[in-house]
Amino acid sequence: MTDAATDAATNDDIARKVIAIIAEQAMIDPAEVRPEATPEQLGVDSLGLVEAVFAIEEAFDIAVPFNANDPGDSEFDITDVAHIVAAVQALVAEQKG
Amino acid sequence: MDPDPTAPRGRRVAITGMGVVSALGLDAGSHMAALRAGTCGIGPLDIQDLDRLTVRIGAQVRGFDAEARYARSELSLYDRTTQLALAAAQEAMDQAAPPPDPERDLRAAVVIGEALPGMGSIDDSYRAVFQEGKNRVHPFLVPRLMASAPASFISMRHGLKGPGWSVSTACSSANHAMGQAFQMVRSGVSDFAVTGGVEAPLTFGVMKAWEGLRVMTRDVCRPFSRGRAGMALAEGAAIYVLEPLDAARARGATVLAEIVGAGMSMDAGDIVQPSADGAARAMRAALADAGLAPGDVGYVNAHGTGTAANDRTEVEALRAVFGDHAERLRISSTKSMHGHALGGAGALELAAVIMALRDGVIAPTINYAEPDPECDLDVTPNLAAQAEIRAAISNSFAFGGLNAVIAARRAD
Repeated sequence: MTDAATDAATNDDIARKVIAIIAEQAMIDPAEVRPEATPEQLGVDSLGLVEAVFAIEEAFDIAVPFNANDPGDSEFDITDVAHIVAAVQALVAEQKG
Repeated sequence: MDPDPTAPRGRRVAITGMGVVSALGLDAGSHMAALRAGTCGIGPLDIQDLDRLTVRIGAQVRGFDAEARYARSELSLYDRTTQLALAAAQEAMDQAAPPPDPERDLRAAVVIGEALPGMGSIDDSYRAVFQEGKNRVHPFLVPRLMASAPASFISMRHGLKGPGWSVSTACSSANHAMGQAFQMVRSGVSDFAVTGGVEAPLTFGVMKAWEGLRVMTRDVCRPFSRGRAGMALAEGAAIYVLEPLDAARARGATVLAEIVGAGMSMDAGDIVQPSADGAARAMRAALADAGLAPGDVGYVNAHGTGTAANDRTEVEALRAVFGDHAERLRISSTKSMHGHALGGAGALELAAVIMALRDGVIAPTINYAEPDPECDLDVTPNLAAQAEIRAAISNSFAFGGLNAVIAARRAD
């Protein structure tokens, strides 16, 4: 396997885990978590986000720069599911690469 | 329904003693001088395992020499909360200097607010049994970590034998405690009360818990300012002596200020998100209890934690209660200087209220960078102001939606 293929597999794995964590907070099936869905649309409130970030940190052994004081202004982009997944992939590459 | 503002509530209640230990100073005079000067008491923490924390700042009491203040046998019984509370209570009692009166002492009250009891003792003991593998902890751990320990030790040291208890309502604990003590003196249950709040939460375990909520600033606390990044934890104690005003005057005691009302409410909403409606109802209840009109109030010591949500919501509540008069209020969050002492917060802040009423000095909200359109009231940015203040309120709005507001008036 090439390095690129390895990265792709790893990134897919990260995406699956992140979506599973978000789905658990939203109390829905992971298959129902669309990439363009916002936390609000999924019914994940500020407490739910804090719990999801905690679960992500535990799952990947990374530190996530998320500030619940002003989530929109945080370094960690929570615009929608796709952005959250991309942000976690970047953090894993940066902190575990 | 609001209480009938014309109904007699009972006796007028004077504050005749105050004592403070905070990051700003080891006595009330130092604390108030620092408030006036706009001194920041928040800085790098000096606690065990700091390198494992991501939030490494707080408002820590410096230079408090417990060994010099207490005997070894006492220290084995005193958690840091008790140490700080006893020091503040001693200063308050020395200032009030009540003449000996065994009859009065039989009904003398002690009501102390505290949100997180004995955290230093708990941290040390967990470290010993879980991390170091020890099989025993200090034999007096239980009396050290009781939430009621500061109240008990104050009663013992000063021979106060009437009603006594501790109050734990998170960040409103001190205001709830002082409100209850005020009501007991006003109604005649007690002729003498020692009340206030204390907290000593600057331990590894508590800091980890607060890190988890992700509402902590990592540099400075700038309430009501655009760019505010959260709150800073603090330790400290402030204790007051309350007496009937007439009795205090008759014995020639110095009256620092008069407490005239206490208002309480519950949001019945969210466990962490604040509610403008709940905050407004507590302020209105305090004004009604005090027989004050909104226009009578000159100064508000805000809850002002420095989180985006609290400050925005508190300004909304102030506008709802005070209407156009909100524009003329002097407001400040002294948490920008002494930090957020949780269950002790309202007590550290009552000192700023006394300073406004007695000295005409409004403590500033420091670290203020630029206006936030959602917090567009006069929050006394960065520099203290002079103003003649006849009446003031002090706000505390806790996690869990338990709110308590104290109303005070200048001694006339």
